[in-house]
Amino acid sequence: MTPLAGYLLVAALLFAIGLAGALTRRNAILVLIGIELMLNAANLNLIAFWRYGPHPEALTGMMFAIFSIAVAAAEAAVGLGLVIAIHRHAHTTDLDQMNRMKG
Amino acid sequence: MFETADQIFVLLKHWLVGLLPMALQPVAGVVVSVAAIVCFFPALFALTTVFERKGLGRIQNRIGPNRTGPFGILQPVADGIKSLTKEDIVPLSADGAVHFLAPLVLVVTVFMGFAVLPMGRNMVLVDMDAGLLFYFAIGASTELSVFMAGWSSRNKYSLMGAMRAVAQMISYEVALLLSSVAVVMISGSLSLTKIVEAQNHYSFGLPHWYIFTPWGFAGFVMYAIATTAETNRSPFDLPEGESELVAGYHTEYSGFKFALFFLGEYLAMFSISGLGTTLFLGGWSAPFSFLTWVPSWFWFFSKLMLSIFVFIWLRGTLPRLRQDQLMNFAWKFVLPMCLLNLLVAGLWRFMGDGWLRWVICSAILVAAYVGLGWEEMRRMHIGARSYRYAE
Amino acid sequence: MSFAFYLVSALTVAGALAAVLLKNTVHCALALTVAFAGLALLFLQLDAQFAGFAQILVYIGAVAILVVFAILLTRGSETPKDGGIFSRTWLAGLAVAAAVFAMLGWAVLQSEPGLPRATPAPTVTVGEIGVALMGRYVLPLEIVALLLTAALIGAVIVAMHEKEGTK
Repeated sequence: MTPLAGYLLVAALLFAIGLAGALTRRNAILVLIGIELMLNAANLNLIAFWRYGPHPEALTGMMFAIFSIAVAAAEAAVGLGLVIAIHRHAHTTDLDQMNRMKG
Repeated sequence: MFETADQIFVLLKHWLVGLLPMALQPVAGVVVSVAAIVCFFPALFALTTVFERKGLGRIQNRIGPNRTGPFGILQPVADGIKSLTKEDIVPLSADGAVHFLAPLVLVVTVFMGFAVLPMGRNMVLVDMDAGLLFYFAIGASTELSVFMAGWSSRNKYSLMGAMRAVAQMISYEVALLLSSVAVVMISGSLSLTKIVEAQNHYSFGLPHWYIFTPWGFAGFVMYAIATTAETNRSPFDLPEGESELVAGYHTEYSGFKFALFFLGEYLAMFSISGLGTTLFLGGWSAPFSFLTWVPSWFWFFSKLMLSIFVFIWLRGTLPRLRQDQLMNFAWKFVLPMCLLNLLVAGLWRFMGDGWLRWVICSAILVAAYVGLGWEEMRRMHIGARSYRYAE
Repeated sequence: MSFAFYLVSALTVAGALAAVLLKNTVHCALALTVAFAGLALLFLQLDAQFAGFAQILVYIGAVAILVVFAILLTRGSETPKDGGIFSRTWLAGLAVAAAVFAMLGWAVLQSEPGLPRATPAPTVTVGEIGVALMGRYVLPLEIVALLLTAALIGAVIVAMHEKEGTK
């Protein structure tokens, strides 16, 4: 198995674990944790392909990963702000109980 | 002869590694350097605890410890024996694994920060291209251990102390990073060895340290404020203030774990002062060109001890800041000054040599300082001082 | 495949599993931090030092602390009253995740003969990254700056306490 395949399999596994977490947990924050895991798995994919790709001196993969890290941080901040605001309103973060559009 | 004195630790390491077989030599080199750091800095920590207690005592018009050994020199030995033999009490409802791991995470991450500091000519453990970024990345991880300590104790005071400490550390971390970015801009590299080499030049006998430039001086002041806040030292030590929060996030720690927290805090102080001397005070370069015969590591450690002395002095002199005053200060004064400092550093770089850039850069910084200071004071509605005497 | 790769991957996957399976939310956040650290080590093994240190600085130094603060502010460490930490539709979620992993794994293993073999390690200095950021990638840089400003202001406004009289 080539090194690249190894890294891609680890990234796929992390992505699947993140997806499972995002789809099965009740707490809204754990869904966000799952999403962060998925983003990290994608970053790993990008860096692995950059490293073993044809033109690593073009830095495309690394740039993409750095921008992805920055955007993920921004998205985590806004998402967690939203969770805090919702908790203040509904006094719960349980997703199974947030099944109505009416506030 | 002076060359040998300067490189004596490097030569010692090469001799020690040379005694071992060829196959083991790379690993042995790393192990020797790491062992040197792990043995030396805790010894310096022991010395600093005596220094601090005597110094604080003198500032507060008392003597400080003088029972154990002459001038209290053996006090750290007594403290060490005490903390090793004290009972390790863990509260029943505390979260066992996290409670155990918190001091370990702190000490490990703080030790990792020493890897990139150039302590003398050719005396850096790992000469990384992105050394400064590594240092700040590791420093950001220490906040997590503070939170772990406070949360795992299941104690309201610990949790409050931990949250205040983390909020304070995050706020001042931005100031720390921005004041260092000005240095990176001017020296053109994130590698700490290159930053020191950029400052190792002399003109008319005076060194080109960055603190002797307007933007460097302002940057150093902001950096000093930020480091005092990052290491939770007075006047920013509300998270561990004894009169407010018992002992803050390390309330529920006793015996050796408390000693580890103490060790971690002082080591963080050493490494961040070391970084400050590397960035602004010229690292291992001598203050005057006729003093370059003195070994480079002597200069580094004397500047480090000078910074520690200033920390102790500040602790004994200034009153503690309240949490909201501290956060206001960070976001409304230190951060705008740091951003302006970046601009001024850029102006400095592109204006070329001459007296004009000194005048303009100093004028901008002084005007900003006065302006921001006026804004803050005006908001505080400080009136004329009034006195009330006891009847 | 070196032993270091297997060790670090095992650490990362264990951290990720713990992050989605544990009952106590704060433990999940700390396990997530372990996963982030493992990923940073994987980046360092792939000779992407800048990305690795940026990962530690941003994810462990900021995102993990943000998650932990959010858990504390929403009392996430209390277990829900009507039992269970997994939602009612947990089986469907697990099936979807397993299907995704199966598909991705099949794609990787299928295309394995065509993947590049070990190539020499690229040496990337921070200077080159700086030149790339200010040259070829200056537009994404400015857009990310705008995005971060908007996210900062937005997060503050969303999470701010409303004034009492304006409800």
